[in-house]
Amino acid sequence: MNYFSTLSEAIRDETPIAVATRLDGDHLGAKLLIGEDRRVGDLGSPGLNDAVEAEGRALLSAAQTSLRSFGPDGEPTGVDARVFVQSFAPKPDMFVFGAIDFSRAMASIGKFLGYRVTVVDARPVFATKARIPDADDIVVAWPDEFLAAARVTPSTALIVLTHDVKFDVPLLDVALRTRAAYIGVMGSRRTHANRVAALREAGIDEAQLSRLSAPVGLDIGARTPEETAISIAAEIIALRGERNGGRLRDTTLPVHGAAPRAQKATI
Amino acid sequence: MNDIVEQIDRWRLAGQRVALATLVDVEFSAPRDPGASLAVSEHGEVAGSISGGCVESALYEEAQDAIATGRPRLITYGISDSEAIEHGLTCGGTLRVFVERLEW
Repeated sequence: MNYFSTLSEAIRDETPIAVATRLDGDHLGAKLLIGEDRRVGDLGSPGLNDAVEAEGRALLSAAQTSLRSFGPDGEPTGVDARVFVQSFAPKPDMFVFGAIDFSRAMASIGKFLGYRVTVVDARPVFATKARIPDADDIVVAWPDEFLAAARVTPSTALIVLTHDVKFDVPLLDVALRTRAAYIGVMGSRRTHANRVAALREAGIDEAQLSRLSAPVGLDIGARTPEETAISIAAEIIALRGERNGGRLRDTTLPVHGAAPRAQKATI
Repeated sequence: MNDIVEQIDRWRLAGQRVALATLVDVEFSAPRDPGASLAVSEHGEVAGSISGGCVESALYEEAQDAIATGRPRLITYGISDSEAIEHGLTCGGTLRVFVERLEW
């Protein structure tokens, strides 16, 4: 099997692909590649190939990587066959709404974190590559209309920097219907209170409202666009890892990995 | 591995053989998640990383051997917190790393 060329081609074309590698016994190193509509390779038995293909598709759709065990012919409760399944998914999207000074810094740090960054603003004078050089894409459109037509996955980050109720409310109404991982909304506490009131009036309930990260970012005293972008980026990372974002020296939790849920409140 | 694919491709086009080490399992604290990878070329160049520097030099030897023999291997590195501190390493915990010669 042309293992590496198939994989590098998929990564280059931004096509999702999962690579399963067998880690036990005589089949050590055997591969199965699982693409959107194809499967190549052999892990040692037809049943195992089928079971790993199904598992691989599930992991791929969530962009997850995992070590799994199966029976010799793919039985789900077995432990004989150990298989490492690695997902290679295209970059997650970060959509930044509003082309302001903060958007330039946000685009830079979004890119730094591995996002594909798109900046959206209805005003062609502001939404330019010259003002936001690090954005992968700049779209002149009404934010709510853009988002309604966009593909949003559970790894997408939405950053709302428009901080104007007349843009924010229709946009957030759409944003809260998506599965986005993060919805950060810039604005003072007073601006946010007005926004929340308008959203409640539009029929958004408390559970939905609680998904909003507003005021946006971690409490690090950020002032400049760059500092604010770091504060927002840190909040995205913290939420992804189920962390609260304090100082590590002030906790006794492990430094790496998700914080155990039971201990979260003690941070 | 996304970050080192281009480098591996360059080695491949230059006719070099390459070994890839992939972190497949982590217990306790480790700086990188499963899926982190390190590639070593036949000429001894390195791309990527597996840990914060704790196991890279040991892996380098394994990778060179995998290139020469074509034999894949699963290696467990156990580092207790006290040992890690003693050696000035950044990680405690146990790492399992799969090393293979890449088949193009």
